[in-house]
Amino acid sequence: MYSNLSNFSEGVDNAFVIIFSVIAVFLVGLTVLLIYFLFRYSEKRNPQPTPIKGNMWLEIVWTIIPLGLVLGMFYYGWMAWIPMLSKAPENSIEIKTTAQMWSWKFEYENGKRTDTLIIPLGKPIELIANSPDVLHSLYIPAFRIKRDIVPGRITTMWFKANREGEYNLFCAEYCGLQHSYMKTEVKVLSPEKYDEWYIDTTAAVALTSIPGAAGLKIIRDMGCTACHSLDGSTLVGPTYKGVFGHEVDVITNGKERKVIADAEYIKNSINNPNDDIVKGFNKGLMRSYKNELTDDEIEQIILYLQTLSGGKE
Amino acid sequence: MSNSNLPNYLEYKGKYKGLLGWIFSTDHKRIGLLYLYSVMTFFIVGALLGLLMKFELIAPGKTIMEAKSYNAIFTLHGITMIFLIVIPGIPAILGNFFLPIMIGAKDVFYPKLNLISWWLYILGAVVALSSQFMHGASPDTGWTFYAPYSFRTQSNVLPALIGAFILGFSSILTGINFIVTMHRLRAPGMKWLKMPLFPWSLYGTAWIQVLATPIIGITLLMVVAERVLNIGFFDPALGGDPVLYQHLFWIYSHPAVYIMILPSMGVISEVIPTFARKEIFGYNAVVISTLLIAFVGYFVWGHHMFTAGMSETSLFAFSFLTFLVAIPSAIKTFNWLATLYKGSIILKTPMYWAVSFLFIFMIGGLSGMVLGSLAANVHLHDTAFVVAHFHFIVFGGVGFGFFAGIHYWFPKIFGRMYDASWADTGWLIFFIGFLTLYAPMFYLGITGMPRRYYDYVPEFHPANIISSFGAFIMIAGLAIIIINLIRSAKKGPKAEESPWGGKTLEWTVSSPPIVENFEEIPEIK
Repeated sequence: MYSNLSNFSEGVDNAFVIIFSVIAVFLVGLTVLLIYFLFRYSEKRNPQPTPIKGNMWLEIVWTIIPLGLVLGMFYYGWMAWIPMLSKAPENSIEIKTTAQMWSWKFEYENGKRTDTLIIPLGKPIELIANSPDVLHSLYIPAFRIKRDIVPGRITTMWFKANREGEYNLFCAEYCGLQHSYMKTEVKVLSPEKYDEWYIDTTAAVALTSIPGAAGLKIIRDMGCTACHSLDGSTLVGPTYKGVFGHEVDVITNGKERKVIADAEYIKNSINNPNDDIVKGFNKGLMRSYKNELTDDEIEQIILYLQTLSGGKE
Repeated sequence: MSNSNLPNYLEYKGKYKGLLGWIFSTDHKRIGLLYLYSVMTFFIVGALLGLLMKFELIAPGKTIMEAKSYNAIFTLHGITMIFLIVIPGIPAILGNFFLPIMIGAKDVFYPKLNLISWWLYILGAVVALSSQFMHGASPDTGWTFYAPYSFRTQSNVLPALIGAFILGFSSILTGINFIVTMHRLRAPGMKWLKMPLFPWSLYGTAWIQVLATPIIGITLLMVVAERVLNIGFFDPALGGDPVLYQHLFWIYSHPAVYIMILPSMGVISEVIPTFARKEIFGYNAVVISTLLIAFVGYFVWGHHMFTAGMSETSLFAFSFLTFLVAIPSAIKTFNWLATLYKGSIILKTPMYWAVSFLFIFMIGGLSGMVLGSLAANVHLHDTAFVVAHFHFIVFGGVGFGFFAGIHYWFPKIFGRMYDASWADTGWLIFFIGFLTLYAPMFYLGITGMPRRYYDYVPEFHPANIISSFGAFIMIAGLAIIIINLIRSAKKGPKAEESPWGGKTLEWTVSSPPIVENFEEIPEIK
């Protein structure tokens, strides 16, 4: 233990060590006593049992001592928990976090968006999290932090990373089909490298010169690929490959019909995903992105989808 | 009394013959066996579902099934094991059979209600399981049905909810029946503090069944209303609050853990004195701790939601009370141990189960201390650690207690003895398998593996392999135990009236007992 990777891990690990020591003493002590009794007072060694009704003092002793110990354990757990409840420091870097079925989205103060959490070493980070669909829970085991993200509420949590590196970030609250794939990484960079990354927006600019690249970036950042593959494999939703400009069997108001997946269709599927459900897939799983994507962004996505269908309309 | 010429309850012919003579019998012993057969059938199904999950988790990525099936299987495993097995479990099987006999009564106070409870149980089970066979997907919400996912999923959640609702009524009716039976039908001279400890544990349990179960009933109905009528209780999209659902769910489901474990503790409190050939150490302390567990158990539900975003005050109170509820369980453990002191211990099958119960229960209870601590809970909540803790208590605690009880009372129930060497072998394999299966999950949780994960990152692989092998071992042990018992119920040698030298009333009646248990109601001095 004691890896000390975040500002909270020491307190949590302290509580662990104290509680584990106490329970180890109890478990080993009582088990040894149990085995000793079984051996010492076996029928063979002790043919005649001694009747004992009980002992008041003993009952009091073994009520009071454990009581003291559990109060001690409670105290350490509480003390290590208080700092986690405290308000994030004023100079925290605020990162807007969206937990959605089944991906993570992070938006930085300058508008930069990523699907992995990129943070500088040693600076307080405040995650301002929400969920547009169901319960999720943001869990970084190495940092000993976890908080449920409840739809309809804004959940905030803060921490400081103590060492550079890459760490797992999991969703810990069951959220449906792809729950175990709702994971990403926390990348802790040195403050210099972080600043470099933060200021650098050229990567995105360079991408825009390739046709459709901006659309791909939006798809990735929004987490669309959690359900829609780019390579033709079937996930929760239909794949993007070869959709654009082709005929699709959809179910509209309970009736089957054929449509051509043109720009109009794609746009409507993003804004009102339950209007036309592609045959073989379930209704109600995708939410509307009406307020999250601008018309420009949808156009970029459509440009990208064209590249997946040989660029023809 | 023993060489009675009256027919025993197995042979007795009433209005109906054959199967009808069982499913319409109001004899508490026959109803106990109806529960035994139905619960054991579901248990085998539930255990095999668990085995499938362990097969899947033996390697990362897809092993034998898709994520969709895995999610459906852990949901069904949870619903079956919780609502169909451990909640009715010991009270409905061993309680029905032995409560009246142990307090010197001819039957429970409301025999017809008792039969209705079993019918409701079967109805609830059929409705809940119909969700698997109806058009559409099997439920995939987990047994907790957390909102708002339980509204968004397209799977057959409604029948599962309605099934659980009906099962709740079965549980409430059994509770009422037991409470009234103990108040009204104790044999003359059996004062409250002369009542054996197994009935006492059922008494504590029955109150929880009666007082806590309606809350889950109402909650499940609210979910149904929300799904069908779009009334916004829990779904934020309709203006509801998902955390409210969690509160309501755990207000029942936490005390439900005590519905499961208390009767098992009662069984252990019978088995240990019999095989130590000594009365229980500190009878009054054990009774008081039973009632304390039942009472304090109501006020700790919030510890299931430490990371859900509650106020500081409630976190403080829930963590504090969680630590307090450990004390009566500790007192019981000390009293069981002290009962062995200066005893003359005979190690036979029921005692192996009871002693291993102590060990498993200590691990389960002590690991609960880690989870009750706020800081440690943040890290461990919703990880494999919780699953391990929960299985040590609910499967270890209830399962080992149940098997102790069934091996203890088997000769009384069937009038025949089982093969002890097969029973001991089965126990040993089961015990080793159990530890191999669940101990690695503590480790997985500490290193950060979330629960309900179909797939995992490579660093969790080694411990998962060990755990899966443990499951294979444990199932092998379980098969030996069950086959041995089924064979022996038919072909075992005839059992004596009191093979272990037990001191309670059931050992004074014939094996198997006659229809109304006693020719004459005994008087307790």
